[in-house]
Amino acid sequence: MTATSEPRAANSAEVRIADRGSPISVIGSTTRRIMRALGERDVWVPLLLPQMRKLGVDSIPIALFIATFTGIVLALLASYIFTGTVPVYFVGALVGKTIMMELGPVLTGMALAGRVGASIAAELGTMKVTEQVDALETLAYNPDSYLVVPRVLAATLMFPVITAFAIALGVIAGWITAINLLDLTTLEFTKGLRAFYEFKDVWFGLVKAASFGGAVALMGCLRGLRAGGGAEGVGRETTRAVVLGCEAILLLDAFWAVVLL
Amino acid sequence: MIRFVDVHKRFGDRVVLDGFSLDIPDGQTTVLLGASGAGKSVTLKHVVGLITPDAGYVEVDGHRVDTLEPAGLAALRRTIGYVFQFAALFDSMTIADNLRLGLVRQSLGEDEIAHRVQEALAHVGLSDAAERFPAELSGGMRKRAGIARAIALRPRYILWDEPTTGLDPVTAATMDRLMRRTAEELGVTSVVVTHDMRSAFTVGDRIAMLHHGTLRTVGTVAEIQATTDPVVRQFIEGLPE
Repeated sequence: MTATSEPRAANSAEVRIADRGSPISVIGSTTRRIMRALGERDVWVPLLLPQMRKLGVDSIPIALFIATFTGIVLALLASYIFTGTVPVYFVGALVGKTIMMELGPVLTGMALAGRVGASIAAELGTMKVTEQVDALETLAYNPDSYLVVPRVLAATLMFPVITAFAIALGVIAGWITAINLLDLTTLEFTKGLRAFYEFKDVWFGLVKAASFGGAVALMGCLRGLRAGGGAEGVGRETTRAVVLGCEAILLLDAFWAVVLL
Repeated sequence: MIRFVDVHKRFGDRVVLDGFSLDIPDGQTTVLLGASGAGKSVTLKHVVGLITPDAGYVEVDGHRVDTLEPAGLAALRRTIGYVFQFAALFDSMTIADNLRLGLVRQSLGEDEIAHRVQEALAHVGLSDAAERFPAELSGGMRKRAGIARAIALRPRYILWDEPTTGLDPVTAATMDRLMRRTAEELGVTSVVVTHDMRSAFTVGDRIAMLHHGTLRTVGTVAEIQATTDPVVRQFIEGLPE
């Protein structure tokens, strides 16, 4: 067994309590913990696919539901704004551009902050207050490798996939609305859609979605692992995880707009 | 051997351990007594590095727990089985998978893992419950499953956190017999944290008492039963303050 001369303060429930420092120290210690946990591939790799299914595939219905109605409302809104001032084929441009670059990733992210962030925080919080996290540590597992890394990676990988589906369905919903309710033809809608389309629109949205996924899952994990005080504590941390997840999405949204546009 | 050396621990303003020292000799069952909230579980968690002391240290087999690197700590934890007060079973897994989880970490082959799971479940009389989930078991069965998870690791030490708390007298007596049998058959060193005097006298070779964060007394069962220390006597006899 290797030892250092200084008392260890890592990889235990206590460290997570100690993490209640300044935001900078929390980010620093969390990053160190995650980097170390990433090295334990034999622990997190087998858990990645099940988490991708659980956090990703199971979230598709809610994302598609939101995207559908966003597409419908955007088409109607665009028509309301453009009629009499701008050629109506711009409806396709607005629907496409807005859904690909902003509303697709952000609304999907917000919805999943509620679903995924809350689910992770509640699950890990319950594990924490029932000593399952301690039990994991006594079985020589690093909770960051076993619980945090697979969830954060799964969400980072799956949010863009879900967002891609949401973007596609949102645009389709906008198109169907346009040709059925707005006297637009398919040709006019696609003309507008293609007129301002750039490939960057898509990858910009997907890069944002990946960062939203990582942030939402990380907030869920960190808050869940801080839970204490029974059911009330779990509820409190779950709420906090959702709020922080949404705040992180808005901050990252602004960050990517400044950096990439 | 486990050694607590002048261990201090506080949570906020609350001093839990205030210079606690105790040696746990190999091959024996040492019971750590103390009132509710006296810091018994906190003491136990120091042994596996779930909590680090503010001052002082805990040694296991000559290694200071609080200075171990993560790999060293993981290696140490593989030699210690921990039985949690409420079992702390992973509720999304079957009982067999709960046992398997720790064994997978020991890099054992599938056949060996399956053998150890069966053996441990048989030891606690839960062979029929292997594919059931924790929520489907009674409190006593869950505790036995927690014991099976600990002994499947074939540890050198077993730490028992309030093993009889919340159990009816008959189930508690069964649990005492199981602890005694586990210690004798597996030859492990046990530390049992409890405030159940009947259980302490049944399973303990030595009994220590934690009081106001320090070691109040330690001795054999006979010595503790004969003590004239008023604090210990009050605890043994269950007299009000």
